[in-house]
Amino acid sequence: MPVFAEERGIPVVQRFFIFWDKVGILLAFLVVCVIFGALNPVFFNPLNILNVIRQVSIIGVIAVGMTFVILLGGIDLSVGSVVAFTGIIAAGFQVKWGGSLFLSIVIPLLLGGAIGFTNGFVTTKGGLHPFIVTLGSMSIFRGATLLIAQGKPISGMSSAFRFIGAGMVGPIPFPVILFLGCVIIAGMALKRTVFGRYIYAIGGNEEAALLSGIMVQRYKIAAFTVLGFLSGLSGLILTSRLNSGELVAGQGYELDVIASVVIGGTSMMGGEGGVYGTLVGALLIGVVSNGLNLLGVQPYWQMIVKGLIVILAVLLDKLKRRFRTT
Amino acid sequence: MEGSQPILHFEKLTKRFPGVLALNEVSFAIEKGEVHALVGENGAGKSTLIKIVTGVYSKTSGEIFLEGKPIHFLTPHEALRNGIAAIYQEFNLIPALSVAENIFIGHHFTKKNFIVDWNRLREEARKLMNFLEVDIDVDMRVRDLGVAKKQIVEIAKALSLNARVLIMDEPTATLAQKEIERLFRIIRFLKNQGVTIIYISHRLEEIYEICDRVTVLRDGRHVGTHSISEVKIDDIIRMMVGREVVEKFPRVSHTIGEEVLRVENLTRHGVLKDITFSVYKGEILGIAGMVGSGRTELLRAIYGLDPIDHGTISVRGEAVSIGSPLDAINHGIALLPEERKTQGLVLLLSVLDNLGLPLLPILSQRGFVDDPKLKEIAQKMVAHMNIKTPSLFQKTMYLSGGNQQKVVLGKWFARNCDIYLFDEPTRGIDVGAKTEIYHLMNKLIEKGSTIIMVSSELPEILAMSDRIVVMREGRIVGELRRDEATKEAILQLALGRREEYARIR
Repeated sequence: MPVFAEERGIPVVQRFFIFWDKVGILLAFLVVCVIFGALNPVFFNPLNILNVIRQVSIIGVIAVGMTFVILLGGIDLSVGSVVAFTGIIAAGFQVKWGGSLFLSIVIPLLLGGAIGFTNGFVTTKGGLHPFIVTLGSMSIFRGATLLIAQGKPISGMSSAFRFIGAGMVGPIPFPVILFLGCVIIAGMALKRTVFGRYIYAIGGNEEAALLSGIMVQRYKIAAFTVLGFLSGLSGLILTSRLNSGELVAGQGYELDVIASVVIGGTSMMGGEGGVYGTLVGALLIGVVSNGLNLLGVQPYWQMIVKGLIVILAVLLDKLKRRFRTT
Repeated sequence: MEGSQPILHFEKLTKRFPGVLALNEVSFAIEKGEVHALVGENGAGKSTLIKIVTGVYSKTSGEIFLEGKPIHFLTPHEALRNGIAAIYQEFNLIPALSVAENIFIGHHFTKKNFIVDWNRLREEARKLMNFLEVDIDVDMRVRDLGVAKKQIVEIAKALSLNARVLIMDEPTATLAQKEIERLFRIIRFLKNQGVTIIYISHRLEEIYEICDRVTVLRDGRHVGTHSISEVKIDDIIRMMVGREVVEKFPRVSHTIGEEVLRVENLTRHGVLKDITFSVYKGEILGIAGMVGSGRTELLRAIYGLDPIDHGTISVRGEAVSIGSPLDAINHGIALLPEERKTQGLVLLLSVLDNLGLPLLPILSQRGFVDDPKLKEIAQKMVAHMNIKTPSLFQKTMYLSGGNQQKVVLGKWFARNCDIYLFDEPTRGIDVGAKTEIYHLMNKLIEKGSTIIMVSSELPEILAMSDRIVVMREGRIVGELRRDEATKEAILQLALGRREEYARIR
């Protein structure tokens, strides 16, 4: 039996990219840490590390949800506005509408999920590009936030509510536990559940998935719903931590979130990647911001650096694909 | 031809990809003005050779001579400038632009180097169409053209660049018989104009009709170059596969059982009109017809991909409502789609994951996949179907076409489907693997399954079907028993008019 060319093992270049997929981003992360640590010893101060990972958690929980959506070949630009909207709702329940801890947690989460569901529903049923749909909802929910708050932040949360964003479990900030919990659950879901497997299948080839009997639209809507829910969770954490529902909360989060996912090796084309990469990607983004802060670099530079990192990450993904096809 | 320089001459041409020797010291010559067939199984090196000639890949070693002069193309652009153009299966046309613009894309006629000279553009495009003796409105948008006309636009585009060597990759794969005739007429015409054509095809019968010489590649090596009058089709096949292929169409006789699927008055406005037929257990029903006659659309409607406006589908005597592929699968209906790579497989995923696609819901508990069980089933399928893969975890993009098709089939075997809708099951698959697919079809039938097969390859449909229905313009226009079915009878029904049929012959 002839062995066809395509079957003769895996080429070296591709092996490099498989290697890079697995540990490249982790190596890059460690190198960046060592450099910042060398330039300013405060970087490795435990307090600073805690500060970084707490900061990262707020972006990170959204990035976990975004990983699902991007794996499906989608995108969601509205996450930052959803953070602000759910945050102001939570603050409203804390301060203005009776102060129930239960409602101020559950309602924002449900609303986040509902917004995600709507984004997914309109996108799939209407056959629209998620970029434009979520660009719309980005504006809608920023506006809704301002409307509800009547232009003024809502401050003064109960101490129980403040635990979500500012509490510690032993030495570990509570948001970090929430974030890692999300990563682990999402990691399991992607690897072991039908939902996860089908996300890769749909992202890899939507038509083949459809023809294999997969209810493609349902899974897409589900992924957007999960992302909306997690954006709501992020809104809770941020509001709790700031002790205030802020009008500009979450502004620009979409960049950090999408950057975390892409830097973590999930392909914008869908079908490839995973949530552990996103974890490292989020940490890298957080560390770069923090490190530049510590070095006294103007914050404006951070935006420029982050932008460059994103483009670099996408470029690497592109190269990976190119070498695979030749 | 002796004495004159060959237009293209390969000397020990070698291309090494990391880990793969795609071309191994290939030497042969292509004479000026001939139609030269290039054949070989998938992975034999045809595409690599073509991509080197057109400047997409760079060679590792060896020489290419264009009219005696060594060439080192670095880019597709330089290849084009030297008069070498290729038409791939996926056309490189811009759907939203007009025919004329597509033809002259990249070298628009301009006034003062700046403003597009529309009149000149149209006029030159029309000249080319007249030259090719085809009637295509050059102001039409390319997206409104059918496959065959798009292909002619591609040819015109190549000619506008003064192509001396025109490479055609599987040009007839998506064409109906009539369109193939027109293409062949154009090829002969170009040949008379002195254009050299390199013709790649899996359909060996065609090569005999249109080509002067044939070169066979196998596993990256040059096996032989022969004048077409000197070799028999069986010799070519033997050279391609490196072994004897005993039967091209291994057909076993079937025992036909009870009715399993009945379609009545099925209508989808503008696409399918009042379709009624039945299929029986243990039967292969062939569906013949031209491209666009509604064959694929019929399969899609049965499979729940497109909504139907009217009519009923019954499975095993019970009327069923099929609103999605999942409904179809739950009634035991499986679809083997037309495009293996874009519709059949998730190329990024492994053999295991692809086999698992329709299986996961039945192999899971509370949403969690039973991995050991899945692996066990997948392992069985790989053995059962003789899928050649280094492991279950190999991404399907690295499998050969035949093995990919077996994975697509394997999905449904494992799911125990028993009504199979095959849409062009052997398109783009090499000869050896084709036979294996036919064997698998036989195996399915022996198990008591039913197959509905759409195919544009008449020899295939004639050899494998128990019964053939012929479609035209969304209707079933005739049904032929195995013993009364001939190429002529099918074409006559498919074309609808005797005189038209006579004309193309």
